Amino acid sequence: MPKRTDIKTILVIGSGPIVIGQAAEFDYAGTQACIALKEEGYKVILINSNPATIMTDTEIADKVYIEPITLEFVSKIIRKERPDALLPTLGGQTGLNMAVELANAGVLEECGVKILGTELSAIERAEDRDLFRTLMNELGEPVPDSDIVHSVAEALQFVERVDYPVIVRPAFTLGGTGGGICANEEELVEIVTGGLKSSPVHQCLLEKSIAGFKEIEYEVMRDRNDNAIVVCNMENFDPVGIHTGDSIVVAPSQTLSDREYQMLRNASLKIIRALKIEGGCNVQLALDPYSFQYYVIEVNPRVSRSSALASKATGYPIAKLAAKIAVGLTLDEMMNPVTGKTYASFEPALDYVVTKIPRWPFDKFESANRKLGTQMKATGEVMAIGRTFEESILKAVRSLEGGLFHIELGEPASDRLIEKRIRTAGDERLFYIGEALRRGTSIDAIHEWSRIDLFFLHKLHKIVAFEETLRENPFDHEIAIKAKGMGFSDATLAGLWKTDERSVYEWRKGKGIVPVYKMVDTCAAEFESETPYFYGTYEEENESVVTNRESVVVLGSGPIRIGQGVEFDYATVHSVWAIKEAGYEAIIINNNPETVSTDFSISDKLYFEPLAIEDVMHIIDLEKPMGVVVQFGGQTAINLAAKLVERGVNILGTSLEDLDRAENRDKFEQALRALGIPQPKGKTATSVNQAVQIAEGIGYPVLVRPSYVLGGRAMEIVYKQNELLYYMENAVKINPDHPVLIDRYLTGKEIEVDAISDGTDVVIPGIMEHIERAGVHSGDSIAVYPPQSLSNEIKDKIVDYTSKLAKGLNIIGLLNIQYVVSGDEVFVIEVNPRSSRTVPFLSKITNVPMANLATKAILGNSLQSLGYTSGLVPEKPGVFVKVPVFSFAKLRRVDITLGPEMKSTGEVMGKDYTLEKALYKGLVASGIQIKDHGSVLLTVADKDKQEALQIAHRFSNCGYRLIATSGTASILTKAGIPVQVVEKIGVSDNNLLDVIRNGEAQLVINTLTKGKQPERDGFRIRRESVENGIPCLTSLDTAEAILRVIESMTFSAEAMGKADQSQEVAYT
Amino acid sequence: MKRQLILEDGTVFKGEAFGSDTDKIGEVVFNTGMTGYQEILSDPSYCGQIVTLTYPLIGNYGINRDDFESINPAISGFIVKEAADCPSNWRNEISLDEMLKSKGIPGISGIDTRKLTRIIRRHGTLKGAICRIEKKPEEIIEQLKATVAPTDQVKRVSTKTAYPSPGRGKRIALVDFGMKHGILRELNDRDCDVVVLPYNVTASEILLLNPDGVMLSNGPGNPKDVPEAIEMIQGIQGKVPLFGICLGHQLFALANRADTEKMKFGHRGSNHPVQDLRTGKVALTSQNHGYTVQRESIERTNLEVTHIALNDKTIEGLKHKEYPAFTVQYHPEASPGPVDANYLFDEFLSMIESEKEEGEAKCQNVQI
Repeated sequence: MPKRTDIKTILVIGSGPIVIGQAAEFDYAGTQACIALKEEGYKVILINSNPATIMTDTEIADKVYIEPITLEFVSKIIRKERPDALLPTLGGQTGLNMAVELANAGVLEECGVKILGTELSAIERAEDRDLFRTLMNELGEPVPDSDIVHSVAEALQFVERVDYPVIVRPAFTLGGTGGGICANEEELVEIVTGGLKSSPVHQCLLEKSIAGFKEIEYEVMRDRNDNAIVVCNMENFDPVGIHTGDSIVVAPSQTLSDREYQMLRNASLKIIRALKIEGGCNVQLALDPYSFQYYVIEVNPRVSRSSALASKATGYPIAKLAAKIAVGLTLDEMMNPVTGKTYASFEPALDYVVTKIPRWPFDKFESANRKLGTQMKATGEVMAIGRTFEESILKAVRSLEGGLFHIELGEPASDRLIEKRIRTAGDERLFYIGEALRRGTSIDAIHEWSRIDLFFLHKLHKIVAFEETLRENPFDHEIAIKAKGMGFSDATLAGLWKTDERSVYEWRKGKGIVPVYKMVDTCAAEFESETPYFYGTYEEENESVVTNRESVVVLGSGPIRIGQGVEFDYATVHSVWAIKEAGYEAIIINNNPETVSTDFSISDKLYFEPLAIEDVMHIIDLEKPMGVVVQFGGQTAINLAAKLVERGVNILGTSLEDLDRAENRDKFEQALRALGIPQPKGKTATSVNQAVQIAEGIGYPVLVRPSYVLGGRAMEIVYKQNELLYYMENAVKINPDHPVLIDRYLTGKEIEVDAISDGTDVVIPGIMEHIERAGVHSGDSIAVYPPQSLSNEIKDKIVDYTSKLAKGLNIIGLLNIQYVVSGDEVFVIEVNPRSSRTVPFLSKITNVPMANLATKAILGNSLQSLGYTSGLVPEKPGVFVKVPVFSFAKLRRVDITLGPEMKSTGEVMGKDYTLEKALYKGLVASGIQIKDHGSVLLTVADKDKQEALQIAHRFSNCGYRLIATSGTASILTKAGIPVQVVEKIGVSDNNLLDVIRNGEAQLVINTLTKGKQPERDGFRIRRESVENGIPCLTSLDTAEAILRVIESMTFSAEAMGKADQSQEVAYT
Repeated sequence: MKRQLILEDGTVFKGEAFGSDTDKIGEVVFNTGMTGYQEILSDPSYCGQIVTLTYPLIGNYGINRDDFESINPAISGFIVKEAADCPSNWRNEISLDEMLKSKGIPGISGIDTRKLTRIIRRHGTLKGAICRIEKKPEEIIEQLKATVAPTDQVKRVSTKTAYPSPGRGKRIALVDFGMKHGILRELNDRDCDVVVLPYNVTASEILLLNPDGVMLSNGPGNPKDVPEAIEMIQGIQGKVPLFGICLGHQLFALANRADTEKMKFGHRGSNHPVQDLRTGKVALTSQNHGYTVQRESIERTNLEVTHIALNDKTIEGLKHKEYPAFTVQYHPEASPGPVDANYLFDEFLSMIESEKEEGEAKCQNVQI
């Protein structure tokens, strides 16, 4: 069927900021969709609040709005742009919810906007629990039995019908408090009794438990002709009970016979047809490991994380084709873009095994609850492809960058702990299983504990068993081939052979034990295919043909994690494009299935491989590129630079020596001294005594951090000697091998600058000012462009220092600098000789294509020849803010206090003509609701009380009510600010936690972080706020910013002053 | 133990032995299905062929009691990247290795099956041998070149005698050219009263059974090697409603003076899109054929093309313009593969139904 001609303009809604559960996969899907729609000749209007994405580049859509995805703003854009249609299924749950909200508000009808792809009613039928059950019953597709009970007697009746085990979920309790799985009557009575008590409405949902079933997913597509296909099926390594986003997933399914495969395929196709979805859909099913009994768990009527994974696992671009289906094209008339010769109406055949392992943020959040369950906790994922399961999973393990190259534990563990960690799934279960097998625990026992299919456990056992063979046969040719075919890393071989990684690598190379590259072609080689998408494996035939063109390899940034988000993929993609523009062959290596950079249509060649030195070197050995670009792939790529240089690889751009000079503290200090640029005073301590002395010398407050930890972990600001001692005792181990850095903490404005240098000219696209004072990680601060409070002298100084640093450090390419402005002085805190988090934000605001320019500079072009001159690019009109977004609600037990350690998962942009308006948009887009009246709960540390007073006063003037505990309240009362006093935690029924729980406060300001009891109370207040969805601010600067917004939205309400001086002034 | 696979073009793959310890020669073909190895290796259409599966992990769910498509697998050899030694599935009874051993089928694992597939794709189907590692490749290659392709596969796999598979519904004469159990299963599921007949059954023998319909099964090899069947079809078409699958489809075409030809490497897999030219709809089908009905030859017949392969536009379905007869090149019985085309069995039965009604109407007309 031809495409629709009744529509011309299509609105696409993006997924907004990166949060846990909604990450870069929607940048990939959205970008593909926008390009696909443009390809078909439609005008595309895009709205997305996330600036760190490729999809919000102005080339991707005809019009790009980086605005909050809220009813208010989307309606405004619809009224302005008058699109004919809306495509809601590519922006994750955010996009879908927005479409539903727009429909419910009547905006779509009012403006005559049609919904493309899938009817909203179908979306509702897939997402509403009751409607979904009804639909499944109509279709005769089984769903687990469930019922709502109000008494133990009702619970017993239910169990009589469905039998044990059952899951109990008390209604309206947070995080499933009071629920559990019951296997017998005793447990049922106990848990239901407790559950009814903890539920405010005295209800429990009982559901037949299918925990332990195989979890299988099908990615299906359907067009308006009712043609429906399965793109990919996947089997979760972890059985039902763990969110699929937190499960290790294997594609295709491994333990399903054809009958089981087809049975579940039929169910999936039946469902997508019943829902009349036009596009892609994900169906999750649970299959009894001992019968043909299965249940439908969930249906996602849109593209999803799983569809991104399926696209990368098969090569079949689901989002692109889903967008074309949405405008009326059918599967039988579209070509399969991978082969170019066969049709899209086709089910990919894989001839390899794909493994996905999630990447969790627990390295950043050590206190977080690491138990995995139905709430997703991972921030990203890695994927690996192999010709054996063993190869695929071990390649995935070393892609994780978790410091491990094998299924082993980093630290010793007791047998008891191992069993515990296998029984209760956590992020490290795979590694504990490896260790258990190594200690001789039987496969059956591990199966009993984990319910993981014996197939997978046998495979893991094979890996572990082979370690012994390897140990006994060092440097044995045949055995080494076998080991590499099983995915063993050189690091692991080196450990077993008592040598180093490099020796293993060189020995292998000498023996010709190197991988070949096979194509991901959707068709298992049945048809010829020119897709430049490869993975490495140890077999005979290499399919990756090296061309005569000069090539450049770009290293990607691996899995998305806190501190290394989608912005690095953005820069990677732009670098690849720039390399292509410059006429070279652009080759990318990356392992993240969610991203745009791993879309095979981006680069000339895509190698889906681990970013470990051996895997990168194999590709370089084959391709012999003129050089490797490491600047855009975040710390992942930078960390490989030294090893690459050791192996004789040419690093393009800033040299390794200069990279090191920026990152090594001593060398950096020397460089700064030579350049005459000040930095906060600081010294390195190797003992507690020395630390105390240094701190005395510098003067409190001081910033302390261990030198051996990257990324701000365990960094703290201490104000007093006893705090320093507490820190030294509890937070770090200090000794000559593990020194602690002590720096003067400057209270001042934090400034961030990104610049591009070609060695001669230094272009500074813009300066950003942080709202939060120094001490809050730059990634967690609100950044403002252009700076609002810097004098021209300061700006000049910043420009001068930046140019000096760029030249002095011999930067070729990008650099990012953080400054503190204290009084009239500017100090350098940090220089990152690479792409940064703010590159996409600044590129979009200033229209300076930073990653592109930097790449061209790296390739030898002068900035002048590209039309740029040294210095600060003239400031753009308007104000732009970057507001961080956190995923705290999904990470229990994590303290949300902002500090030197980064905690945010994503960001949004707000733009307008005044700071207040821009802030309003940014805050709203980040999910903070700003109301013109309400109550603020104020609990602040003693040191902050004076400052808090000012803020309280202003809130009060806006008509906000203040709530505080007695200490803070008495100060407010003294200052004449009306305040409602509440009890402290632990006292009476109506203490401040109740205030939060009952929704009496719209905003919580809390700075209680120091000292044992306040810290504990402060922590409870903050978590309570998060769990009740109430914004909790831990920096008075953020509070002040919100206040400014509120003040700008409201008129003041102040009584007339008596004998006002201004009158006199006015009359004179 | 090591073993080798030698192709007539001189390529030698060295791998691990599994299955039976015998040397075998056959035509090497690949199948792209990711599941269904048990059905594939027991599909009689692979008689005399050595099958490689493109999916690298084979045997994961073992071999069960239920999923055989014939009692005695007719394939000559089995080639995989990896044969699972610890299968896991609740229906698993024995491992792939054990099964092949018990049926005298040699297997080879641990070779680059993608390389092999690409050779077949470029070169077309070729002869090969699975043999002991000691054998000299030159000798084997000579032997391969000298080997004449067999022509008696249908005779080898067809039933020797007729037998019933009773039901209370319509009587179907099912001609077994190397029938997959799946066809019988589909007919039995519809309560048909089936009589399975050997491939060389004559038209009059069929008519004596007074069937409501005749089903022509799938089977191995070149349709031109079974001239007796062509004659049989000519004798029954127009007299009894007819439905043919795979080899049955090709024989039906030949019986109607169309021609068939050998394909470069055939269609073997579970993901072949087939378009129904009457509705435009696409079904994903299970296929296994190395011959196809020649497109141009249809023009001189009384046949109509009803289905085509979406990708290479080869003929996938035919219908007689006058008689109640239709055939498909693919496998509506699936096993293995998608059941998208399963409705064809129902269409067959409803065709029989409407023929009967028409017949009765005709009779009535005659009476008047």
